[in-house]
Amino acid sequence: MNKLVISGAPHLHSPDNVPKIMWAVVIALVPTALTSVYFFGLDALVTISVAVASCLFFEWAIQKYLLKQEPTVTDGSAMITGLLLAFNLPSNLPIWMTILGSFFAIGVVKMAFGGLGKNPFNPALAARAFLLISFPVAMTSWPVIRPLFGESAMDALTGPTPFGFLKEGIAQGIPLSELMPQVPTYARKLVGAHGGSLGEVSAIAILLGGLYMLWKRIITWHIPVAFIGSAFVFAFILNSINPEIYINPWVHLLTGGLMLGAVFMATDMVTSPMSPKGQLVFGLGCGVLTVIIRVWGAYPEGVSFAILIMNAFVPLIDRAFKPRVFGK
Amino acid sequence: MKTFKLGGVHPKEYKLRAEDPSVTLGLPQQGIVFVNQHLGAPSQCIVAKGDKVKVGQPLTKNENFIGSNVHSPFSGTVSKIDTFHDASGYRKEAIVIDVEGDEWLETIDRSEDIKRDITLSKEEIIAKVREMGIVGMGGACFPAHVKLMVPEGKTAEYLIINGVECEPYLTDDYRLMIESGEQCLIGVSALRKALGVKTAFIGIENNKPKAIAHLTKLAQTFEGIEVVPLQVKYPQGAEKQLIYAITGREVPSGKLPIDIGCIVSNVSTGYAVYEAVQKNKPLIDRMVTVTGLHVEKVSNFNVRIGTPISMLLEAAGGIPTNTGKIINGGPMMGKALFSLDTAVTKGTSALLLMDESDAHRGEEANCIRCSKCVQACPMGLEPYLLSALVENDNFERLENENVMDCIECGCCLYSCPSYRPLLDCLRVGKYTVRTLKSKQ
Repeated sequence: MNKLVISGAPHLHSPDNVPKIMWAVVIALVPTALTSVYFFGLDALVTISVAVASCLFFEWAIQKYLLKQEPTVTDGSAMITGLLLAFNLPSNLPIWMTILGSFFAIGVVKMAFGGLGKNPFNPALAARAFLLISFPVAMTSWPVIRPLFGESAMDALTGPTPFGFLKEGIAQGIPLSELMPQVPTYARKLVGAHGGSLGEVSAIAILLGGLYMLWKRIITWHIPVAFIGSAFVFAFILNSINPEIYINPWVHLLTGGLMLGAVFMATDMVTSPMSPKGQLVFGLGCGVLTVIIRVWGAYPEGVSFAILIMNAFVPLIDRAFKPRVFGK
Repeated sequence: MKTFKLGGVHPKEYKLRAEDPSVTLGLPQQGIVFVNQHLGAPSQCIVAKGDKVKVGQPLTKNENFIGSNVHSPFSGTVSKIDTFHDASGYRKEAIVIDVEGDEWLETIDRSEDIKRDITLSKEEIIAKVREMGIVGMGGACFPAHVKLMVPEGKTAEYLIINGVECEPYLTDDYRLMIESGEQCLIGVSALRKALGVKTAFIGIENNKPKAIAHLTKLAQTFEGIEVVPLQVKYPQGAEKQLIYAITGREVPSGKLPIDIGCIVSNVSTGYAVYEAVQKNKPLIDRMVTVTGLHVEKVSNFNVRIGTPISMLLEAAGGIPTNTGKIINGGPMMGKALFSLDTAVTKGTSALLLMDESDAHRGEEANCIRCSKCVQACPMGLEPYLLSALVENDNFERLENENVMDCIECGCCLYSCPSYRPLLDCLRVGKYTVRTLKSKQ
């Protein structure tokens, strides 16, 4: 007989492990990746491939040559960062900017803080913010959607996102009742037919991924529901006060990165709170900040900054909102 | 269906061959009887090398309130008093008996008849439970008579009987409920009488429908016993979780079940109480599950306390060649044995042989803050935080974060995708906090 193994209880383990969780998230991201390729064509495919490949490469290279560790790229987490970063970029972004963003996400935001699990900020979002500040023009020139099998006449067109368009109009004093007919209808937004970053375009594809992660118990309902719910309620209140300058809450919900942010970015395990109560507070903060930035901020989109700001509050939220202890 | 609310996990059940009848094992040539088989003040050995003993004769004495005695499970000659590794791996004093024949004390009723009428008074029952060395058979081995003596100012309202058997693999309580259900219920009635409570609830998880049906039917012939089917969830057999599942009451942090009017006892303790009170028989044997995915004859064995575990393993068809770990108890809370030169005690519920491939923990990785440990903890603790505090030697905050409420059920480590040694850290933390407090 072999020598007996001695270890502390428990001697059973759930079938979960880190790579399984990470690869399940990758699967959840597939519908969004496919719709982005469908709506933005080969450009989207190139952006996704470049982001994923460079994230994997930078993680492998940093672990192997700088940190002298056994590389852990096969755990799937760098793949998620690559996909999420690509989802946050316009499809016509120059390739070298995508590579630079990937380097920032993996090298600065993730590995510099100690690698998987140690980063206080969501790597993909922090990289998006870095690119947005560094290259504001390239990051806000959105290609008008050009379906994969669509007409090539629209090839070189770029235009603002529905949000950018509305915000500019409001700034010029044009009432929303005149602006709204010019943006895509809800039905089209829902399936993805409007301009924006790769992953922002289809609410249905994002929700599909979200449901898969809920089913796999990778995320819980708390953050997405609190995020989307609070953004909706806040926008609804503003809209009720003056519908001519405050955008309809449904438009808030279905355009821009709100769905992407609420389902995939804010729910990132590493950078969100641990307790259900804390997650609700976190989601609430994200939703309210998103609307504040969208309505009164300098940028047309507020989701990524809202989440990054709330990321910074996570240690405090964890300290303040704890699960209820049995018998206390 | 009832269950507890906070946390919990659903491990695969692995209740192998639970429908096979139990097997009574013969006597060993030599028995090893540990002097202390209970939680509490230590006992003294009262036999010496060369003494002749009979089955049922006391081998130790213990004057302390929280103390219990062992009785000889064998007849024969004391060949030596030596130390052996117990299940925790400590060397402990044990009496080695060369078994000769099977001669019992005449005071013990060895007939097969089931004696239903409880003639002893409340006080006599408690005295008998103490005299016969009955301890909690759920694993903790806490002297049973102590729980029966309710401290002044407190009242027992409910007797809660644990027939949950929430540990995977274990089937000994199940077999006992099926094969000796009536005796168990008579024992429960005796406990009810001793405590003076109106109602006894027997909690059984609904993965044992036969046991629920059998005991429910039997309970109709008893007064004040009610079977409560429970939804399957680990650790439902833990005292606080079981009380909550059945009564909806929460044992306050740092308090005992009696503080909210509850007494919890295992169903197999009920059986031992039956034998003690009705048959005058000390606790000298028990049911042990010998199991594992590749064990040839997975069985429940009725064995005498003190039977060498090598004999049990042999009876189950020997140790499979790919065995990597042998666990005393269930896979969630049991202890990995590092010596097979030991014997069955009052608390040995099972021997679990795990394959080499399942014997090792996965490689530890960074915490990814997935919060699965927080979701799994049935006490509402934050294991990721507590283990980090232990690693940073921050024992003051550790205590404030309620580490002492940890019941060591293992749900945190079970659910951790990074295989972090959460429970190991929490144990170190609890031990250190306790030590620091006692020094103050």
